[in-house]
Amino acid sequence: MNRKKLLNFLRIIISWSFVGVVLIPFGLVVLNSLKTTQESARMNMKLPDKLHFENYLEVIEEGHMVRSFFNSLFIALFCVIIGITVSAMAAYVISRYKSKLNRFCFYFFFVGLIAPVNYVTTIRVMKWLHLINSYRGMILLNAALAIPFAVFLFHGFIITVPREIDEAGVIDGCGPASLFFRVVFPLLKPVTITAGVLTFISCWNDFITPLYILNDTRKWGMIISVYNFWGLYTSEWNLICAVIVLTLAPIMIVYILAQKYIIAGMTAGSVKG
Amino acid sequence: MYRKRIYSKGFLIPALILYTALFVIPCLISFGFSLTNWNSMSANIKFTGLNNFKKIFSLQGDYVAAIGHTLLFGVCTTLMKSLFGLILALLLDNNFRSRELLRGIYFLPFAISPLIIGIIFTSVLHPQWGVLNEILRAVGLDFLAQNWLVDKSIAMFSVIGVETWREVGLNMVIFLAGLQMIDRTYYEAAEIDGAGFISKLRYVILPLLSSSIVVNTILNLIHGLRAFDIIFSLTGGGPGNTTEVISTAVFRTYSAGAYGLSTALNVVVFIITAIIAISTLKIITPKEE
Repeated sequence: MNRKKLLNFLRIIISWSFVGVVLIPFGLVVLNSLKTTQESARMNMKLPDKLHFENYLEVIEEGHMVRSFFNSLFIALFCVIIGITVSAMAAYVISRYKSKLNRFCFYFFFVGLIAPVNYVTTIRVMKWLHLINSYRGMILLNAALAIPFAVFLFHGFIITVPREIDEAGVIDGCGPASLFFRVVFPLLKPVTITAGVLTFISCWNDFITPLYILNDTRKWGMIISVYNFWGLYTSEWNLICAVIVLTLAPIMIVYILAQKYIIAGMTAGSVKG
Repeated sequence: MYRKRIYSKGFLIPALILYTALFVIPCLISFGFSLTNWNSMSANIKFTGLNNFKKIFSLQGDYVAAIGHTLLFGVCTTLMKSLFGLILALLLDNNFRSRELLRGIYFLPFAISPLIIGIIFTSVLHPQWGVLNEILRAVGLDFLAQNWLVDKSIAMFSVIGVETWREVGLNMVIFLAGLQMIDRTYYEAAEIDGAGFISKLRYVILPLLSSSIVVNTILNLIHGLRAFDIIFSLTGGGPGNTTEVISTAVFRTYSAGAYGLSTALNVVVFIITAIIAISTLKIITPKEE
């Protein structure tokens, strides 16, 4: 058995040996966010002489980080609420009642998982709908783009919920809406968290949508603000790093709290084959 | 039929409206607009037939190169992500205490904005003071220290490397989910038959992982063909146009006001993605008996 133990030990050592490859870039950013501009001119792993927390205060003011934090939060939260609600409703009907129309709808949404978004014509459509350059537009577009994956996740989950529950609800006198919102939806909590967290992350990380459709800098979220900041302060890596830390912090918190759900969501496709 | 009443069509309507208006319609009208001279200069849009596509596929232009780069990027990242993802998954497919923690660490980059990863790596890959070259020099591998993002012949591979770094964890967790569904008795049977690691991998693990391989390949190809943020912030398509892919060319032509041409480029991505996704599904989906 000793050979097996040794092999297992080696396996753990090798598994850990790549951790640096993932974590060094993040450590580098945190470290350099606390240096002076001179010290961070060559972004390296040397420790700073003194920790300069005032960098953070500076970027919060210069980079309008409070405003962009609330913009990101506002857009992402509403995108999650709208995207998840409409996707759950659609997936529920599609997976419960296999009519021709519903089957078609499933594939119709499925196409959205593969087809690339055309932002140039999207701008045109959003102008027609008076959604351009507004929070409303950002929220609705992000929600629309989240629908295919959310429908796919909900569909996979709802087919595992026994239909007897619906029947019991109908016997107790539920109408279609109360059956879904009061009986079925509460049972979908795990997949709702998964889909919600994944939608939140992708909306928070979204850069390309504001780049194309949001000219109004006062409505910018954190990611596009970081891009702008990076362009303005090219050589002041300490400030750029501080902005990056502030932008990554919310996502890190979400990631640490909801890692289980995120991984469950991303592996859902493979488990179902 | 009570089902028709209970599972009302009305539930589909909000999702259908939102998705159709903001995703499907822009997609469909792009085919029409790709045949026009739509631009920022003039208000009236004229039908110009296949002019935009002629421009894209003329050999003097940079667009053919961008299409080539997109395919190179898509295929290379797909192979590298699955290979390293599989290696990590095999390492972690065992019960040890730090397993969950490691899985969390390796998956982390996938949750981070690709734009920010690009910004971080412009520093990591800096030729003079970047951490990568510093580390290589410190361990005596000076000859491996490169001008990662500056040298025209290797910039593309550096970008591929960063994109791989970002998504290895995704491939890993999908492979891990597949590995966990394999019944341990298969391994024991193979061991009793005297199979070494390689033959176990070849005859037991890979065949049973086929559905994870399919999912990973398709996800990787779609992500690879769409990649924008990470290339935009790492190189912006440069040096020269050596890392220009279709998505960055779309943005460049859009910024220059050539909306019709930009839309036509998007149509090209659409068609390439469709062809690749459908044929990949056809080729690698195992036949059901």
